[in-house]
Amino acid sequence: MPGVVIVGAGQAGLEAAAALRTQGYAAPIALIGDEPHAPYQRPPLSKEYLLGKQSADHLPLRAPVYYEKHSIALRMGETVTALDRPARLVHTGKGEIHYDKLVLATGAHNRLLAVPGAERVLYLRTRDEADAIKGRIARSSHIAVIGGGFIGLEIAAAARIMGKQVTVIEALPRLMARAVPPLLSDFFLDAHRREGTEVILDATVQEITKNSVVLTGGRSVTADWVVAGVGVIPNVDLAYSAGLSVGNGIVVDEFLRTSDPDIYAVGDCADHPNPFASGRARLESVQNAVDQAKCAARGIMGSPAPYRDVPWFWTDQFGIRFQMAGLSGGHDQTVLRGKIEDRKFSVFFFKQGRLLAVDSVNRFGDHVAARKLLTAGTRLTPQQAGDETVDLKTLRAGG
Amino acid sequence: MPNVTYIAHTGESQTIDVPIGMVVMEGAVRNGIDGIVAECGGACMCATCHVYVDEAWLSLLDPIGEEQEEMLGTTAAERKPNSRLSCQIPMRADLDGLIVRMPDRQT
Ligand SMILES: Cc1cc2nc3c(=O)[nH]c(=O)nc-3n(C[C@H](O)[C@H](O)[C@H](O)COP(=O)(O)OP(=O)(O)OC[C@H]3O[C@@H](n4cnc5c(N)ncnc54)[C@H](O)[C@@H]3O)c2cc1C
Ligand code: FES
Repeated sequence: MPGVVIVGAGQAGLEAAAALRTQGYAAPIALIGDEPHAPYQRPPLSKEYLLGKQSADHLPLRAPVYYEKHSIALRMGETVTALDRPARLVHTGKGEIHYDKLVLATGAHNRLLAVPGAERVLYLRTRDEADAIKGRIARSSHIAVIGGGFIGLEIAAAARIMGKQVTVIEALPRLMARAVPPLLSDFFLDAHRREGTEVILDATVQEITKNSVVLTGGRSVTADWVVAGVGVIPNVDLAYSAGLSVGNGIVVDEFLRTSDPDIYAVGDCADHPNPFASGRARLESVQNAVDQAKCAARGIMGSPAPYRDVPWFWTDQFGIRFQMAGLSGGHDQTVLRGKIEDRKFSVFFFKQGRLLAVDSVNRFGDHVAARKLLTAGTRLTPQQAGDETVDLKTLRAGG
Repeated sequence: MPNVTYIAHTGESQTIDVPIGMVVMEGAVRNGIDGIVAECGGACMCATCHVYVDEAWLSLLDPIGEEQEEMLGTTAAERKPNSRLSCQIPMRADLDGLIVRMPDRQT
C-alpha cells in the first residue's frame, strides 16, 4: 500500500505527518526533506538560538524515537526532483516512491540581493545558516543588516544585544512596512534606535564591498559583513513542472487541495483562500504551517473541513513581545488601546466597523482575547476596542 | 539529573531525566511522549503543552506569569487550579521527581 508522501520536512511537513497519525491514518507515511537535519523549529534561529540562550538541542520538533514509534519514514538529505502524476510517483535523487496522496510542504527560500558584491551576503533560513551567522557575529564588530522586516530586525537586535555595532538598511520609508501600520513602524524604529542601532530608511544598496555597504547617492556604511532579510520566494518549481496551478505559491482551494485533488499543499508554499484576508493569501508562520497541516490531514482522512483558523504570529526584539492576531490588510480604521509610552498597547484594525486584526505590544491579554473574538466572530465595536473599561474577555459571540 | 514523571490521561506513566535548564515540555517532546504537543515550540503562544501539576509540587513552582496566565485561558482541556504550560516550567534541582498529568487532548 503506497500511503502518503510528504515533500519537505519543515514544520508544515512534520505536522502533516503527525496530524495524520493523530487522526488515525494507518498506511505508510514518507516524509522527505533535502536538509541534513530532522525537522526543527525556525523561529529560535533569529532569537534565542542566535543569542546563544538556547543550544541546538532545543531545535528539533520531535525526537528520533517519535518517527519510529509512529512509523513515519523520515528521509532526510533527499531531494524530490520530479512528480509523475499519472503514475502517482515522486522521483528523488535516490529512487522513486508511489503515493495515494501527496502533500507538498516545500516552504520558501530567501530572496537574494542582486547587486555587485552580493556574494558576500549571508541570509537566514536554515539551521546551518544560523550557525554561520552566529560565528560571524562573534568575530565582527560592525554588522550591516539589509532589510527592516521581522527577521532582519530580530538579527539586528540579537547582534546589538551581543554588543556589536549594527546598521539596519531599509529600502522603504518605514520598518516592517508590509506587515504593520506606521504607528508600529515608528514604535520599533524608536526601540531599535534607543538601543543604539543605526537605522537608515529609504535607502537602496548599490554595492557591497569587503568592508562596507555603498548606498545609492554615495553614502557608505562600514560593515565587517552583511546579512540580508529581504523576503522569501515560495518553492513552487516542483509543482509548476508537474503542471499544477501556481500563483503567489502553489494554488490550493479552501481544503488545501491543488489543481490535482490527490495533491495538497501546506505552509509557506501555499497560495490559499483565507477568510481573514480579502481573498487569497500566502502566510509565513508557525500557526499557518501547523493548522494547514491538520486541515490537509482531515481531507486525506476523508472528512474535509475548510481552512478557517485565525492567523497569529509573534516576534521578539529587545525583550518587546509583539503578537499579531488576524490579518490587517484592507483595514479602514485603527483604534489604539493602552498607551504607546507605557510600551504596552494594542492596535485594533477594522474594516467597515468589523474587526480584522489586533497587533499587541506586551499586551498578552489583548492578543488572547483577539484570537478568541476572531475565532468566534464576536462583534467588537471600535468604541469598545478603545475603551479600557470594556473587558474584551466577557464579550459574547453574536453580541 | 532530575527526573520528571509524565502520566498520560490513560494512566500510562513514563519517568524521564530532564536536564536542568531544559523545560518540562522539552523533556516530553524530546522523548516522544505524545501527550504534549508544543506547536509553538515553547514561545507561550499555543497552549498545546498543557499539564496538570501534581499537588505536592505546586508550591515549588514559580508564580504563573502574565503571559502564561492568558494562554492558560485557551487550553483545549479544562483549566484547573493546577494547570500549567509545561514550556514555562524550567527544570531545577529541587523539582527532581516532579509529576505532571497530561490532559486527554491538547488541540
Ligand atoms: C529565522 C526565522 C524566524 C522565524 N520566526 C517566526 C516567528 O517568530 N513566528 C512565526 O510564526 N513564524 C516564524 N518564522 C516562519 C516559520 O518558521 C515558517 O513559516 C515555517 O517554518 C514554515 O514551515 P514550512 O514547513 O511551510 O516551510 P519550511 O520551513 O521552509 O520547510 C520546507 C522544507 O522543505 C524542503 N524542500 C523544499 N523543496 C524540497 C524538495 N523538492 N525535496 C525535498 N525537500 C524540499 C526545504 O529545504 C525545507 O526544509 C520564522 C522563519 C525564519 C526563517
Ligand atoms: S509550547 Fe506553545 S505554549 Fe507551550
